[in-house]
Amino acid sequence: MLRIAQGRVYDPANGIDGEVRDVCLDGGRVVEELPSHAPRIDARGMVVMPGGVDIHSHIAGPAVNAARKLSPEEHRADVLDRTATTRSGTGGTVPSSFTTGYRYALLGYTTVVEAATPPLAARHTLAELRDTPIVDAAFLVLMGNNLSLFELIRDGGPVTEAVAWLLDAAGGYGVKLVNPGGVEMWKHGNRNVTSLDDQVEGLGVTPRRVLEAVATSVDELGLPHPVHVHCNNLGVAGNWRTTLDTLDALEGRRAHLAHVQFHAYGGTPGKRPRSSAPELVEHLAAHPEHSADVGQVMFGPATTMTVDAPVSALLREVTGGKWVNADLEAETGCGIVPFTYRERNYVHALQWAIGLELFLLSRDPWRVVLSTDHPNGGSFLSYPRLIRLLMDREFRNEQIGRVNKKAIRRTVLGDDLEREYTLGEIAIITRAGPARLLGLADKGHLGVGADADVTIYSEHEDREQMFATPRFVIKGGRVIVEEGELREAPAGDLLRVAVDHDEAIERTLAPLFEEHYSVQLANYPVREPWLLEPARRVPAGGGR
Amino acid sequence: MPLTLTLREPPAVPLETEGLAPDRLASLRRSEIEALTVWHGNERAQLADFFAVSGDGDEELLVEGDVRRVKFLGAGMTTGRLTVARDAGMHTGADMRGGELVVEGDVGDFAGTGMRGGRLVVHGSAGHQLGGAHPGERAGMRGGEILVHGDVGDQVGAGLRRGLIAVAGRAGDGAGLRMLAGTIVALGRFGAAAGADMRRGTIVAMSDVTLLPTFTYACSYRPPFLSLYLRHLRALGLPLTDEQIEGRYARWAGDGLELRRGEILIYEGNE
Repeated sequence: MLRIAQGRVYDPANGIDGEVRDVCLDGGRVVEELPSHAPRIDARGMVVMPGGVDIHSHIAGPAVNAARKLSPEEHRADVLDRTATTRSGTGGTVPSSFTTGYRYALLGYTTVVEAATPPLAARHTLAELRDTPIVDAAFLVLMGNNLSLFELIRDGGPVTEAVAWLLDAAGGYGVKLVNPGGVEMWKHGNRNVTSLDDQVEGLGVTPRRVLEAVATSVDELGLPHPVHVHCNNLGVAGNWRTTLDTLDALEGRRAHLAHVQFHAYGGTPGKRPRSSAPELVEHLAAHPEHSADVGQVMFGPATTMTVDAPVSALLREVTGGKWVNADLEAETGCGIVPFTYRERNYVHALQWAIGLELFLLSRDPWRVVLSTDHPNGGSFLSYPRLIRLLMDREFRNEQIGRVNKKAIRRTVLGDDLEREYTLGEIAIITRAGPARLLGLADKGHLGVGADADVTIYSEHEDREQMFATPRFVIKGGRVIVEEGELREAPAGDLLRVAVDHDEAIERTLAPLFEEHYSVQLANYPVREPWLLEPARRVPAGGGR
Repeated sequence: MPLTLTLREPPAVPLETEGLAPDRLASLRRSEIEALTVWHGNERAQLADFFAVSGDGDEELLVEGDVRRVKFLGAGMTTGRLTVARDAGMHTGADMRGGELVVEGDVGDFAGTGMRGGRLVVHGSAGHQLGGAHPGERAGMRGGEILVHGDVGDQVGAGLRRGLIAVAGRAGDGAGLRMLAGTIVALGRFGAAAGADMRRGTIVAMSDVTLLPTFTYACSYRPPFLSLYLRHLRALGLPLTDEQIEGRYARWAGDGLELRRGEILIYEGNE
């Protein structure tokens, strides 16, 4: 039992915007009322919000681990010794699994979605999520370059059943498409697709057919989270047209666009990009079935880590440094390049500015939510700074004055966008919005019955400082962080979707496995109880 | 007698002594020095568990005993003088920024990695990665001088960004691998692939070197900077002849796979 007394509560999902009131927690849930002798936190003068929800991050799985191995120098510089409550670990842009959990919690986040796991690697992701304490975690299952699915799509086969089976086999939460068709083309030898109607060589599908088929399946299954799309042509000048084509192709079907900043570039391919954020914002405003996370770039060190292997190859040409490029048979590719975003660099400054444009122009914070595509645009540790950029116009303009001027001229940021996010809007883009887009009914709000995940901040004029060091973080009703320090580090829950499929689908998939995989179908689904249990199953079918 | 640390017996597994440097010890009382943390494998221990402390602290520190399994001696030192009376272990003088570190015997691998200033003198031979880069880092040594009177192992000066490494004996394979700038001089012969992937900087060969095919001949000349460098090195005790100091050098530019702004200077004689 815990009463959070007399804090200023921001709970946008329940229409509460800065009202001073009590929040009562009992048995891991928000409750209506508690007896007066219940223990209390005196939150007078403090800001109370639901725990943070990160809709798109990379925190577990083989790509994350390869990135860790690639950058030992970051670990040397950021060593965490074991304490009475925490394990030892390393930080940097790709922290060790335990450190990831601790640092998310210390930031007031209690739910994180790992955004890209090939089903073949689900065991690895699950094992790491089991070692990522405190936060509840889910992961999205990659299906955009899956050879078996391609064949079913081409032949008009039971795609929906296969999608459901894959989700269940992996223990995943939602469906992710990354550069559909393009990664497969890359694996055929240094090629990519450049539009939705390019043929994926020899496979008889196009990006459009993959997008349409999978998005339709996700809607038919009623998955809590819509199809999560990393569009084709990431990072290419002029790619906003592809992004718009993608949204048009998915009109009437639910879809969430990942890190849309990386897909909002105007200009012509091969030339200097400019911003096309306003055009995409227009579309999103007009289509309530579509949503996006921003994928803000923050200056400083990052690690680009993507399933979009051809993009990684291009980035590596920029850095000339170490990198990883990998092939996951029949399912996807992978690329990792350590990267530093610099204020004076035209492209980096433009990316930074486009992210801010998307936030500031967006009319519906519920559908354009915060992410840095951690660690691609920057570490999740940079969220507080990003929040300050959104909330503090003076600070923002000062920062705009520091970065590459030519880039700013290719955006509308120079027009002195007046908007300052309110605390209520920040609560939407960091908790309530992502939770709603994910279909997590118990997350992102403080209504009766919600998970008792609460973050309490000291009111501070410097919003970066305020959001970087919450006074209290409560997870499942337990006080995890007190006065900015971890008090305990219990395991978080695995969140997975509960979706039915027809057992007969395995007879359809068996010959495809024979053809494409080096593993047997029987060995493919995750069955290890220690990986799958305990888990909270979020039912499909309640979405619409 | 200077402050002296005498290792009683070699540790069973390597002993890590990060920060055991004269500048750090100078301000400490005997009891504080004895209580300093060292890591014996994965176990935290006190310095006095392994070392006998004698003499008194000023700017000079002497380490005696068989410290071949003691790592990070003098790591990060900024001033003063540290002398290792016999052979020293791995990472000796890593990240040092100033002062002088003298090893009377041989030194292990990774000595002087990430060094930024000061001077490391090895009277015996050095292992691999002398003045190299820490794992994962692009740049190795960024300043200071390393002088080795014996031979050095592979990849001496890997990723070198600034500074001078001079070797009286032979250099192993991959000397100056991926170096960015700075100077490496060896009087003995070089192993395979000297200067592979070097972007800038100078490798000076006084005897045999087999060049990679990605290096191209530029000219023969008497580099004025080099005679200054070599005089300096002779003053430090490197056995250089007047002919070498005044001599003519063939300049080979490379690595052609990178910028081709680096050079290997090969001594040709002094006619």
